[in-house]
Amino acid sequence: MIDNDLLVKVSDAGLYKDGKWLVKGVNLNITKGKIVTLIGPNGSGKTTTAKIALGLYKNIEGNVERLTNKISYVPQKVSIDWTLPVRVIDFMVLTQDLQEQEINDALNLTGVEHLKNNNLRELSGGEFQRVLLARAIAKKPDLLVLDEPVQGVDFTGEVELYALIKKISETLKCGILLISHDLHVVMSATDYVVCLNGHVCCSGTPVAVAQNKEYKELFGEKSSQLLSLYEHEHDHVHDSDGNIVKEAK
Amino acid sequence: MFDDFLFRALIAGIGIAIVTGPLGCFVVWRRLSFFGDTLAHSALLGVILSISFDINISLSIFAVSSLVALILLRLQNTTNLAGDALLGLLSHSSLAIGLVVLGFLSFIRFDIMGILFGDILSVNVNDLIIIWAGGAIILFVLWLIWKPLFASTVNYELAEAEGMNPKRVNAIFTILLAALIAISIKMVGLLLITGMLIIPCAMARNLSNNPKQMVILSIIGGLLSVFIGLYASFEINTSSGPTIVTVAIILFILSLSRIRKKY
Repeated sequence: MIDNDLLVKVSDAGLYKDGKWLVKGVNLNITKGKIVTLIGPNGSGKTTTAKIALGLYKNIEGNVERLTNKISYVPQKVSIDWTLPVRVIDFMVLTQDLQEQEINDALNLTGVEHLKNNNLRELSGGEFQRVLLARAIAKKPDLLVLDEPVQGVDFTGEVELYALIKKISETLKCGILLISHDLHVVMSATDYVVCLNGHVCCSGTPVAVAQNKEYKELFGEKSSQLLSLYEHEHDHVHDSDGNIVKEAK
Repeated sequence: MFDDFLFRALIAGIGIAIVTGPLGCFVVWRRLSFFGDTLAHSALLGVILSISFDINISLSIFAVSSLVALILLRLQNTTNLAGDALLGLLSHSSLAIGLVVLGFLSFIRFDIMGILFGDILSVNVNDLIIIWAGGAIILFVLWLIWKPLFASTVNYELAEAEGMNPKRVNAIFTILLAALIAISIKMVGLLLITGMLIIPCAMARNLSNNPKQMVILSIIGGLLSVFIGLYASFEINTSSGPTIVTVAIILFILSLSRIRKKY
């Protein structure tokens, strides 16, 4: 089947390096307007998989097709050395030419417009993540690859940013490949989940993955219940002991 | 006017300072100062080849330095040695080979001090043309690759993911550095060229908070070092190259008092 909205098609891809497979047998499709999330423990090949999808490795097994050039990337780590003086506005135009208005809009969207003239090294971890995200969306990409975009952001900010990412995928109609540790948020704001552990251990809609046996083994029984926080309707209210106190409307 | 040796020295110095400013900033940002040293050391071999085969000195330095740079890029991909070990290997092997070859040429009278520390006062009109024409080409190419080069300096993978081909611009930048060393060795000398590249930029970093400002300030710092250094070397009768670098160091020390600690 030919899918017009297809942005990236990764077929049976893997990377063998220094005598071992970093990741193997990965299949995934990224399409417009959908969020695909990679989850898995440390060292399970999440970042490697994202980089394979971006085409950053030369010697991979399998096949990667990219049908767009408008790609934005938020790497897991960006460290700015002291010798390099970069302000937020310098960073915004790092790989792209932007109008003043586009810069302001993007910074406004992630809530850091007031930091425009600050030096990158002055920002806190959370502010820096918001700037990274603003830069990535400023030129309205087709494909957005986000490697743990909310690290260092406080809890309310985290929920806010995931809501923003969801909104971006809807308004820009771009495909998003998201790497995340936060199972609970991921499960609520994702269209498709790929659970990695050196290979794809399971994949599918959040509901399907949460019920998967391998997923439960990997993350523990509790994690599959996380989903219920979001799936079930609240028809009652608990008191602090967990007793039902009244019917909700 | 071009008959006056001091005037020629000044024109040469201005040309060099304008090119070392922006290139030096990238050397500092990319932590390449040892790499600059390596290229400069390999220039000795270039000088000796130029004398033995009677070819243009800038051309032969450029050829040898580019070759060493390309060997380095190749070795980085094929060996597991750390970057600084590779640089040390190349730097000292090219220096040693240069000195051995020099031993065979004992019949040639040869001013080794001039090559090591530069002799800006011996600059002739031909050298001026090479400095200014070469410098203009270097700056033009740097201007062309500025954006991808800067992006890959900030974050290599981000630049590559967003389609900027950092590998190619890195190789081009390396060649530009070799070219700069080729046009400036006669003036600053191969032991001091890295100082000329780095010290004005280190000074500029203390005073600036964005990349363009740092480039402009390092050009100004380089120009000031050339003006004051040349004047001082003429007045107190010291060698010009070391005097210029000494002035740059003094400017750097002065800039420490204005350092923006916050950033």
